[in-house]
Amino acid sequence: MSRVAALACVMLALVACEREHRRFSEVAPASGRPTHVTPQPSRNPAEGNAWAIAQGKQLYEAYNCNGCHANGGGGMGPALMDATWLYGSEPQDVYTSIVEGRPNGMPAFGGRIPDVQVWQLVAYVRSMSGQTRFDVRPARSDHMRVKESEQARRPERPVTAAPSGRP
Amino acid sequence: MPGAQEIVDWWNAGRRRHRRRVAALGVALLVALLTIIVAVHSDHHALAAVGEDGQWLRAAGDYASTRYSPLAQITAANVRQLRPAWSFSTGGARGHEAAPLVVGDTMYVVTPYPNVVYALDLRAGGGTVRWKYEPKPAAAAQGVACCDVVNRGAAYADGRVVFNTLDAHTIAVDARTGRELWNTKLGEINRGETMTMAPLIVRDRVLVGNSGGELGVRGWLAGLDLATGAVAWRAYSTGPDRDVLIGRAFRPFYAADRVPNLGVTTWPAEAWRIGGGTMWGWISYDPELDLVYHGTGNPGPWNPDQRPGDNKWTSAIFARRPATGEAVWAYQLSPHDLHDYDGINEQILLDLDIKGRRRKVLVRPDRNGYVYVMDRATGEVLSATPFAHVNTSKGVDLATGQLSLNDEKTPVLGKVVRDICPAAPGAKDWQPSAWSPRTGLLYVPHQNLCMDVESVETGYIAGTPFVGMNVRMYSGPGGHRGEVTAWDPVNARAAWKLKEPFPVWSGALATAGDVVFYGTMDRWFKAVDAKTGELLWRFQTASGIIGQPITYRGPDGKQYVAVLDGVGGWAGAIVSADLDPRDTGAALGFVNAMRDLPAHTAKGGTLWVFALP
Ligand code: HEC
Repeated sequence: MSRVAALACVMLALVACEREHRRFSEVAPASGRPTHVTPQPSRNPAEGNAWAIAQGKQLYEAYNCNGCHANGGGGMGPALMDATWLYGSEPQDVYTSIVEGRPNGMPAFGGRIPDVQVWQLVAYVRSMSGQTRFDVRPARSDHMRVKESEQARRPERPVTAAPSGRP
Repeated sequence: MPGAQEIVDWWNAGRRRHRRRVAALGVALLVALLTIIVAVHSDHHALAAVGEDGQWLRAAGDYASTRYSPLAQITAANVRQLRPAWSFSTGGARGHEAAPLVVGDTMYVVTPYPNVVYALDLRAGGGTVRWKYEPKPAAAAQGVACCDVVNRGAAYADGRVVFNTLDAHTIAVDARTGRELWNTKLGEINRGETMTMAPLIVRDRVLVGNSGGELGVRGWLAGLDLATGAVAWRAYSTGPDRDVLIGRAFRPFYAADRVPNLGVTTWPAEAWRIGGGTMWGWISYDPELDLVYHGTGNPGPWNPDQRPGDNKWTSAIFARRPATGEAVWAYQLSPHDLHDYDGINEQILLDLDIKGRRRKVLVRPDRNGYVYVMDRATGEVLSATPFAHVNTSKGVDLATGQLSLNDEKTPVLGKVVRDICPAAPGAKDWQPSAWSPRTGLLYVPHQNLCMDVESVETGYIAGTPFVGMNVRMYSGPGGHRGEVTAWDPVNARAAWKLKEPFPVWSGALATAGDVVFYGTMDRWFKAVDAKTGELLWRFQTASGIIGQPITYRGPDGKQYVAVLDGVGGWAGAIVSADLDPRDTGAALGFVNAMRDLPAHTAKGGTLWVFALP
């Protein structure tokens, strides 16, 4: 039995390696992005990495993101699984949202979360609307099934709406 | 102090006795007398049965929270002719839960965040803006408002309009000019504290409480000085007796509650500091007993395994002295609450014949699904009867006051527990009932929802949610999601029930014309026969209704009925906050039950005022 498990682990690891090595694919550019962009790496190292995104999914719960954004459908904070972005959908935009916060109630997590984890969160948040590659997105949840898996999500075409559109 | 115009109005109201006496006095005396008269006058306002003078001075109408108006021009016989007289856009896009106020010839409306106050001049027949006051609350408050950025209304006394802002300030403005008189900061949004409730003013005390039960906020009710806004006292719902203002006068009815510091000992160490029990609902006042009654919200987090114990005094009712805040009795409706059954609903103060005896009672249609009829002098539960479908509990033992739970519905860590009824918003949430002394019925707007839950371990991070529960709600038995129940509290049974497709998230209003008004989330403002529930009239507004209808006599002597539309609130957040129904757990699981709402209404707040032709 344990040999089977070990074999499965190795297989899994190999699959993960394979996925990590694939080329990063570009996403459709968002329209009307804010002009100010915090200088950050233009590519998120976590973006094409299934393990990193799975980490992001767990951190999303551990840091209570889910309390405000639910499982992407929103609540106290806006939906993150839909096509509409208030502050842009690019990795650096999402990074800025998390690190600097946003005026209408998004707390600034900068200094409270290690940078590596922020990038994992960024990749997971983008996975919710299918902005990351299909094969690296989480296929299941540890919890009560409240939505289809991120992997099953059809990618949205991101639209950036002016934040003032949310009174 | 009321302004000159008001004094003149009063003067002209025909109190000749005073006038003759004044005429005989010198100028200095006149001033002194005026001051006294003004004081008496404002007290008279407060104690008069609501609406006798055609005004509506506080969200619930009267101190007893009956939402009953003796105005009777609009009757069951003629209400079919009711039509819109005028309307007014508030410019707000989020949930409008407030009751408008009418004082003299002016109407006051508070919007959801950004909490703009409008004074509308009623003299020209419509509503002309007399002034507009913008408090400009901190924008970040929006992110910590659990269930939409609502406001439940203002209160009027002594020439002041007093209201709360989402960023936890209480503000008094001059009713005539809109000038800010005082502005008191009461809470910290960085800790998740907001304010959404409508204040109650008792003599020179403004009573206000906080929101944030989903963010580990420690709940309180505060008494402010009406003249200056200074905090006279603050009574916490959890913690040591001295913080809860439990002292020598405290005499709860049930012996088990007469133990010191239950607000500490019924919690794991220090958990009471982040344990909820917020006060975002209703307060009533009995001038004869000189007691105010208020509830307390749910304990936090929702995950009950993280807070073993009764978690006192969350999900409870308190009787307090308005001057000092001192607790006189308390009763916990849902000890160690398992399902977010906040205890903040309204308490209607009535004198009823219960089992052949005249009793001063408090009637509380609670979130846990029972109508409690209590002796309001002592805190004794006289009856507790389910008014909706309940499977989480099996009744209340009247000897001990204890709610007996159904263990099958207890959340289990990491396991999905299904078919829990009522769901987290309860059989009835904040939406206030109305009472008619003419029919002896309480008109209770409420919902019919059940839920599946999975409790999960959660950590406290200040200013973020502290919930620990995955929730998915859906309609209860029958498939309809809303009900209006006409409840007979003497015989503890429903006289009739109306079904509505969506939760009835608006308040109710009862009038001497034997008409009951309420609004629906699918945009209908309805008038039904107070005796039978028969639908008499309805009008389709612009957006879904979750506000509190009121009635008043206009300067032209006609009776008007007013209500704000503007869908939202916890139930309507799917529309007001553009939530995504593909996540059935959005808005703490409410979205799953409301997926079809966007097909029936868009957002946007409008005040509607109706009259007979
Ligand atoms: C206290 C509630 C709250 C918490 C906790 C919270 N958010 Fe937010 N978040 C908000 C609000 C409110 C906004 C919208 C801000 C605005 O409009 O200015 C927002 C905005 C965002 C945005 C921008 C969305 C867009 O459309 O551009 C992202 C991305 C985001 N949050 C991710 C996160 C992540 C990741 C976490 C956890 C680390 C998190 N949030 C925790 C409330 C919260």
